[in-house]
Amino acid sequence: MSRPSDAKYSETHEWVIIPKKGDAVVGITDYAVKQLSDLVHLELPKVGDTLEAGTPFGEVESVKTVADLVSPVSGKVTAVNKEVIDNPDILHEEPYEDGWLIKVKITEKADLDSLMDAKEYQEFIEAAEEEGGEEEEGRTKKAKGKEEDDVDEDDFV
Amino acid sequence: MDYIQNSPDDAAAMLKAVGAASVEDFFTSIPKEIRLNRPLNLPPGMTEQELLAHMEELAARNRTTESCTSFLGGGAYSHFIPSLVEQVAGRGEWVTSYTPYQAEASQGTLQSIFEYQTMICELTGLDVANASHYDGSTALAEAVAMALDHSDRNRILVSAAVNPQYREVLRTIFRQLGVEFVELATFEGATATSGLAEFAATAAAVVVQSPNFFGVVEDLAEISRAAKAGGARTIASVNPVSLGLLEPPGACGFDVAVGDAQPFGIETSYGGPWCGFIAARMELIRKMPGRLVGQTVDDKGRRGFCLTLQAREQHIRREKASSNICTNQALMALRATITMSTLGREGLRRMATLSLQRAHELHDAVTSVPGVSRPHQAPFFHEFVIQTPVDPDLLNERLLARGILGGVDLHQSYPDLRNGVLLCATERTSKADIERFRAGLAECLKDPR
Amino acid sequence: MIVDDTALIFEKSRPGRRTWMLPEPDGAPAEKLIPEKYLRKAPPRLPEVAELEVVRHYVRLSQKSFSIDTNFYPLGSCTMKYNPKINEKIAALPGFARIHPHQPASEVQGALQVMHDLQGYLAEISGMDAVTLQPAAGAQGELTGILVIRAFHAERGQGHRSEVLIPDSAHGTNPATCTLAGYKAVSVKSNARGGVDLDDLKKKLSDKTAALMITNPSTLGLFEEEIVTICRMLHEAGAQVYMDGANMNAIQGITRPGDFGVDVMHFNLHKTFSTPHGGGGPGSGPVACKKHLEPYLPVPRVVKRDDAYALDYDRPKSIGRVKAFYGNFGMHVRCYAYIRTHGPDGLRRNAENAVLNANYLKSRVAGRFQIAYDRPCMHEFVINGNPLRKLGIRTLDVAKRLLDYGFHPPTIYFPLIVPECMMIEPTESENRETLDAFAEALMKILDEAKANPDLVHHAPHTMPVGRLDELKAAREPIVRYKPAGGDDVVSRKS
Repeated sequence: MSRPSDAKYSETHEWVIIPKKGDAVVGITDYAVKQLSDLVHLELPKVGDTLEAGTPFGEVESVKTVADLVSPVSGKVTAVNKEVIDNPDILHEEPYEDGWLIKVKITEKADLDSLMDAKEYQEFIEAAEEEGGEEEEGRTKKAKGKEEDDVDEDDFV
Repeated sequence: MDYIQNSPDDAAAMLKAVGAASVEDFFTSIPKEIRLNRPLNLPPGMTEQELLAHMEELAARNRTTESCTSFLGGGAYSHFIPSLVEQVAGRGEWVTSYTPYQAEASQGTLQSIFEYQTMICELTGLDVANASHYDGSTALAEAVAMALDHSDRNRILVSAAVNPQYREVLRTIFRQLGVEFVELATFEGATATSGLAEFAATAAAVVVQSPNFFGVVEDLAEISRAAKAGGARTIASVNPVSLGLLEPPGACGFDVAVGDAQPFGIETSYGGPWCGFIAARMELIRKMPGRLVGQTVDDKGRRGFCLTLQAREQHIRREKASSNICTNQALMALRATITMSTLGREGLRRMATLSLQRAHELHDAVTSVPGVSRPHQAPFFHEFVIQTPVDPDLLNERLLARGILGGVDLHQSYPDLRNGVLLCATERTSKADIERFRAGLAECLKDPR
Repeated sequence: MIVDDTALIFEKSRPGRRTWMLPEPDGAPAEKLIPEKYLRKAPPRLPEVAELEVVRHYVRLSQKSFSIDTNFYPLGSCTMKYNPKINEKIAALPGFARIHPHQPASEVQGALQVMHDLQGYLAEISGMDAVTLQPAAGAQGELTGILVIRAFHAERGQGHRSEVLIPDSAHGTNPATCTLAGYKAVSVKSNARGGVDLDDLKKKLSDKTAALMITNPSTLGLFEEEIVTICRMLHEAGAQVYMDGANMNAIQGITRPGDFGVDVMHFNLHKTFSTPHGGGGPGSGPVACKKHLEPYLPVPRVVKRDDAYALDYDRPKSIGRVKAFYGNFGMHVRCYAYIRTHGPDGLRRNAENAVLNANYLKSRVAGRFQIAYDRPCMHEFVINGNPLRKLGIRTLDVAKRLLDYGFHPPTIYFPLIVPECMMIEPTESENRETLDAFAEALMKILDEAKANPDLVHHAPHTMPVGRLDELKAAREPIVRYKPAGGDDVVSRKS
């Protein structure tokens, strides 16, 4: 899935697009949706609620897990996507279009500096994937001690 | 003694297979300095025969409610338990299984909980009930947590006629979270509703009990109207037997109902294990704590049941969970379910009506005794309060000498009700019991000292 | 095991069918005794069935659940051991079952003696000074213990302590409990050997630390080798040590938490002391503590004065009640009976054999499964299921296929720090042949994954239902039966 180049991305996998006119649009990335897999429920703020960058504004729930939605910007909520609440599957198909979550009237411009562009975000998740994998293998390797080599089919004689 | 199957020879062969010289080899990670170098100081083990004799002897030091005439209630009720309950719920498959983590191998447990949830919904007139709680007091605490989770307010209004022990539990559980409990006064034994709407405008929830701790039936519809006007959630603690006759909390506009299913097939057992229940409106389903069983289909489209909406629970939400409850009281919920099935609609009506009738007959008999007065005039279900000139401790001692377990002493919780005693009758109370009590009470009150 | 009968009790209901439990009410009609406005407009729709239907329905349902009485049930951290039948018989004696919690103490001396002596036994087993039996389950025990710690700090002017440290291998109840107790849960990393990472602990420990909540043996089935050092570090920082006693089965009679520095802990009677799990409860979670914490335990306390047992409410520093009455008394009776049956030698043998069984089973499967931390385990061990992915299967598939072999699967996907994990606790109850058969089934499933992957992917094949659609269950929650025809809610006013 190609990610919009006009969006900014956070390390907690939210995106924000700030149009020339009008309010910022916030959603979650395709990567986040894939990680969560079967989405069950979204808990979103009400119109008029105040958001602070870096703090949770809602929750996304799947069958086996639940994750905070962290606001990439500070401001006031001006719209909430009712359709995606009713049908979270939209997020699987169009996380950057019909799958937007909230619109925010931004109060502090500076917030955006800490966010990534599409290319940086891609690098970020690639690094995260690699690190996660290594850590997993590393832990078990260390724990298993001297005689173990890489995990492969030979483990299953 | 023990229940270990492996013989010393088995153990030796197993050690050999592992390559260990003795079991000591497995305990090397426990530092020497903290090893217990002596046997535990406990009585020596017993055979089953010795144990049974010992336990029967201990049991004999307790006076059972069957061996005398009991009028004790106050949150624990002696009702008739259908004979099939013990045998069916006592089956090893029920008793020795665990939480249905593997739904395919736990359809029996899951379906029975689904049926339990349905019955609790039917009783309370609400949409969703969970798989049960430790008891009525902790179910109430969970309901309060739901209301707090749903609100910016941190004040809870609690009727003074809610079971005093339940109120103590609320204080213990919420004190450190800055929750403020404000007591609602009673009038004629019922929660006063004048000014309630105004008061409720500052509260996350209004908590009442009906029938309340004095046995009085509360005007739930009126309380709900007032609380709603103030924007507070409404929580009712209810006796499930009474719901065979009384308008349920859901129909009166309440958001959450809790209680203890102990009266349905569960022994009083000196206070536990019992079965707390909680039911709520559908809009609160995601705030509901504990296990919830849902209906779904399998890969061939057949109906099946599984634990659902688990993302609410502590094992997923961890520090963000609003409850730490892990399991439920499944075996107790099963006893309640089997009992409710056995009673059926007609049986429940009879149980509720007989309890109501015996209590009113008891009331009429007792209030005819000189010296007995009634502090409350409001309608009651199967419990009511009397006052006498005699200290309740002394009165109960005198009654006991006549083979009668008198009522619950209200002195500690309600000092204003001087010498107050709470009496209870159920379908197990006979007319002869009532007459015995009347006559005994009359004798006991002759001498007020 | 398979019974072709899937109807709900409500679907078996027919108007006019009934049982004969109670007589027709003969007194004044309800309308005469209660104002009409309080009376129910429509009765609750309980099923209308005859007695045989009730019996057959619930007996058949029972046959659709795995249990210790019917299956090997190596559910890690749950200690699914044999539940002696005699204890059920004892708890049902009228002298224990039919006593009312408001009866005066003089009339229930036997019950109070059971509770009092059990408190003493648990104190001895844990090396602690005082015990309360009130908490109804492990999670409630945790909350009780942490509230006790909170009250202790508050009285000593240490109310600013706001954090509880919890190793990352902990059960979810631990962090949830801290939040309920008004504390912030701070996670501490595990090291490569599966123990607490002391460097990380040092980093997280401060004058804000109220306590450490540690499970020992841990959920990885390992005894914390540095436990003495850890407890000392906490105490030097002015904090307390709480131990989750879920895994006491491995160490009873071998070592005692009170002797290695723990201040307060809970027991799970349904684990270590075999009170039945009952399909998910009732449990029982007594809390044991050192002398300095005793004043804060819940009221009432069961005490012995002269020659009589009594309930003591006069404890001004107590945190208060955590539940109505005195705890799950029926479970106390069973636990008391279990400890009296075993005596000191029997309890120690339980620990030794639980550990032997776990190590034996571990050695039987170690050649073909990756053991997460390959050193001698306590009562349970953890398999890292990540390598299964290379066979095209996941831990979930193995678990489901085990059902077809008649074994309840181990705990899966917990603890969270081991990927695709399986946590296996055979307990001392099982014999060698059962352990061998289980190991063989596990290994056979690996062969099947190669030869016939579909067989594994679509397991189970022999249960009353196949894999269930959990997404559907969560998205369109159906949590109660509604009769066809739609009159779904009784006499609703809003």
